[in-house]
Amino acid sequence: MNTSRPEERRTASDPVIPGSKALIESFLHEGVTTLFGYPGGAIIPVYDALYDYRDRLRHILVRHEQGAVHAAQGYARVSGQVGVCLVTSGPGATNTVTGLADALMDSTPLVLVTGQVGSSLLGTDAFQETNFVGITQAVTKWNCQVKRTEDIPAAIAKAFYIARTGRPGPVVVDITKDAQCGTAPFRYEKITSIRSYVPAPAPDAERIAEAARLIDAARRPLVMVGHGVTLGNAGDELRAFLAKSGMPAASTLLGLSALPSDDPQYVGMLGMHGNYGPNIKNRECDLLVAVGMRFDDRVTGSPAHFGENAKIIHLEIDPAEIDKIIPADVAVVGDVKQALPMLTERIRKGDHSAWIAEFRECDKIEYEAVIRKAVHPGEGRIRMGEAVDAVARAYDNDAVLVTDVGQQQMNAARYFGFRRGRSMVTSGGLGTMGFGLPAAIGAKLGAPDREVVLFAGDGGLQMTIQELGTICQSKIPVKIVLLNNSFLGMVRQWQELFYDRRYSFTEMINPDFGLIARGNGIEYRMVERREELAEAVAAMKAAEGAFLLEVRVEGEENIFPMVPAGAPVADIRFE
Amino acid sequence: MEQEYIITVFSENKVGLLSQITTVFSCRDVNIESLTTSESALPGIHKFTIVVRTDPNQIDKLVRQVEKKIDVLKTFVYTPEEVVQQEIALYKVTRSRGVEQLVRKHNVRILEIDEDYIVVEKTGHKADTQALFRLLQPYGVQQFVRSGTVAIIKSRRELLNEYLEELDRMRNAE
Repeated sequence: MNTSRPEERRTASDPVIPGSKALIESFLHEGVTTLFGYPGGAIIPVYDALYDYRDRLRHILVRHEQGAVHAAQGYARVSGQVGVCLVTSGPGATNTVTGLADALMDSTPLVLVTGQVGSSLLGTDAFQETNFVGITQAVTKWNCQVKRTEDIPAAIAKAFYIARTGRPGPVVVDITKDAQCGTAPFRYEKITSIRSYVPAPAPDAERIAEAARLIDAARRPLVMVGHGVTLGNAGDELRAFLAKSGMPAASTLLGLSALPSDDPQYVGMLGMHGNYGPNIKNRECDLLVAVGMRFDDRVTGSPAHFGENAKIIHLEIDPAEIDKIIPADVAVVGDVKQALPMLTERIRKGDHSAWIAEFRECDKIEYEAVIRKAVHPGEGRIRMGEAVDAVARAYDNDAVLVTDVGQQQMNAARYFGFRRGRSMVTSGGLGTMGFGLPAAIGAKLGAPDREVVLFAGDGGLQMTIQELGTICQSKIPVKIVLLNNSFLGMVRQWQELFYDRRYSFTEMINPDFGLIARGNGIEYRMVERREELAEAVAAMKAAEGAFLLEVRVEGEENIFPMVPAGAPVADIRFE
Repeated sequence: MEQEYIITVFSENKVGLLSQITTVFSCRDVNIESLTTSESALPGIHKFTIVVRTDPNQIDKLVRQVEKKIDVLKTFVYTPEEVVQQEIALYKVTRSRGVEQLVRKHNVRILEIDEDYIVVEKTGHKADTQALFRLLQPYGVQQFVRSGTVAIIKSRRELLNEYLEELDRMRNAE
C-alpha cells in the first residue's frame, strides 16, 4: 500500500497550478466528461477555471441544486460511471441533501464538490456558511473538507475510489475558497486501496459450497434479483447461473432490467405492488436466493412471515445488510459478479419447469383480476397502465425508463418491460418525488444513443419542474409522459383504502402544463381520449427534441395488486 | 433481554469520526452508557471504548454499521466477563473527622486537602465508585465526576494486530 503522503513524492517538474484548476484536472484524470452544477460565491474560482475546459468537460447548468444531484444519479445509473456535481456553499449545498440521501439509499456512485467559505471564516457563521460535512454525515458514504490547496488531488482521488467501489454511494468533498484560490504543485495519483476500507471481500468458497448444496436440494426455489446485479455489471453471470440452475427469478424494483422481461425464467416483480406469483408463492418457497438485494420492507412486508418455509441464501456486497432484516442460512459477502460464477460452477444442472409453470398460472390469475382492467379497460377515462402500455409498445419495450414516485412509478415498473440492462432509473429506497425529471436529463446524457422516457405524475413533476429550463438551455431530448390525475394519487389511494376516503389535501388544482412546456421551448401534446393515445405517443417518439405528453387519466384509479404495509406478502390483494 | 457490552472501535484519526460513530447508536435508539477515546497503542490508530446496554440480537447489526464507516478499521464486542474494566471517580467532599476516617478505610487516593474540603480519587468498577459516593453523601459531596470505562481484553490474542496482518495478506493477494 502507498502510505507516503503525496506531497512528499512530488518533484520539481510538477506544474504549480491553482486549486480550482487542480480540481478540474483531477476530474479529467478520473475520466469525467459531464458534470451537473450551479455556480455561486464560494465556488466561483472553480467555475472560472472551468471556463477554459469547456471543450473537454460538458457542464450542465441546472435550475436548482437538487436537480443537479438527481441528474447525476440518472447519469450514473445508466452509464455505470460516477456522477459528478458542483455547487456552492450554504443554500447551494443544503439543496443537494435530498439527492444525496436518495443516492445513499439506492447505492448510486456520486461525487459532489461543494464550495465552502474561506478557512479563516469557518465556524463564524459567515455569509453562506453551513457545516456541510456535519449536515451530510448521515446521507453520504464518506465526506471530507479540504482546507489546503495541495490536498485537493488526493481528496478527489479518494472520493472517486470510495464512490465507485464496494457498495457504491455518494461522497461529498467540501473545498474552502482559499484552497481553491491557492497554488500548489499538481500530481494526480489514483487510489487503489484504503487501509480501513475493504470494498468487496472475496466470496468464501465454503459458503459457496454450502449455498450450492441448498440450491441442489431445493424443490421450490426462487431467485430474487436486486440492484447489486446491475451495480456489479453481473447480468451475464446471473443469466448463466439461472440457465444452469433452472430456477425462476423475480426482481426487486431496482433490480428491474437486469433480466429481460420476457426471459422464460423471469416471474415478475417482488413487493408491495409487484406481481402476484412471486408474492403469493413466497410461503410455498423452500429456498430464496437473494442476489444483491437488501430485503427492503416494501419487498418483504412482514419480515416474520417472509419466506417462512424457506432457507435463505444471501449474496451481498455490504456486510451490514447480512441478517439486518431477514436472517440468512448462508450468507456470502462479496461482489455478486464474483460469487455467481463460483456458485454456477458448484451447482448441478437443474430443472424447475413444472414449478415455473405454477408462476405462469399465477400470471393468468393476475391478468384476469388486475391487468386486463389496468391495461385494456376499453371504457371510461384513460388508465395509467394503459398509457404505459401504449408507450412501451411504441418503443418495443426498449427504452431507458425513468420514473418519478407514486402510482405512475408502479404502473411503469409493472407494464413497461425491458430488453437490456441499465434501462430502469427510479427512486426506490427514499421514494423521492421530483426525482424523475432531472434524473431523465442525466439518463439521456449518460446514454445518448438510447431513447429515454420519463413517466411522472402531476405532483412529482411540479416538485422539480424548473428543470424544464435545463432541457430548454441544454437541448436534451427527453420524452416526458405526464400522467395527470389531478391527485397525489398514491396518498389518495391510501386515504381511500385505509382512511375512510378522507382526501385530506391530495387534490391538485394544476397549472396549464402546455403553457409551461411551450414556455420552455418544449413540444407539447395533451391527450384525454383513448382513440388519440397511440397517435400522440407516436408523435412524441418521432419528435427530435424534448416532448411533454400530458395524458389526462382517471382521477381515482388504484394500483393493484397491493400488499398492505407490514402484512405478509402472501396476503397480496387484487382490490 | 438487554445486556451490557463493551465495544472497542479502532479507526483512522479523522475529524468528525466520533459523531459518525455515535450517530449509528442514536439511529438505532441505543443509549451510550460510557465512552472514552484516545490514541491506541498503534501509532495513528485511534481507539474508542463504548459501553452500551442492548439486546443480544441488536449488537451485531449495530457493530456492522459502525464498521461500515469508511474510516473505521475494526470493531470488537465483548461481554463484561471478557475484559478487565476500570473507571476513575473524583470526589470533592466537605472536610470532617468522619470523612477522613472513611477515606482511609476505603483505600482511596487523596489528591488535595484544603481548609474546608478534601479531593479524593477512587479507581474501580462503576459499582465501587458509586458505593463510595453513597457513603460520602451524608458528609456533603460538593462535586463528583466519573470517567468513562477503559478496558483491557483478557484474551491473549491481539485481535487488532491479527486483523491488520489479515488485511496485508488480502492486499497482497489482490
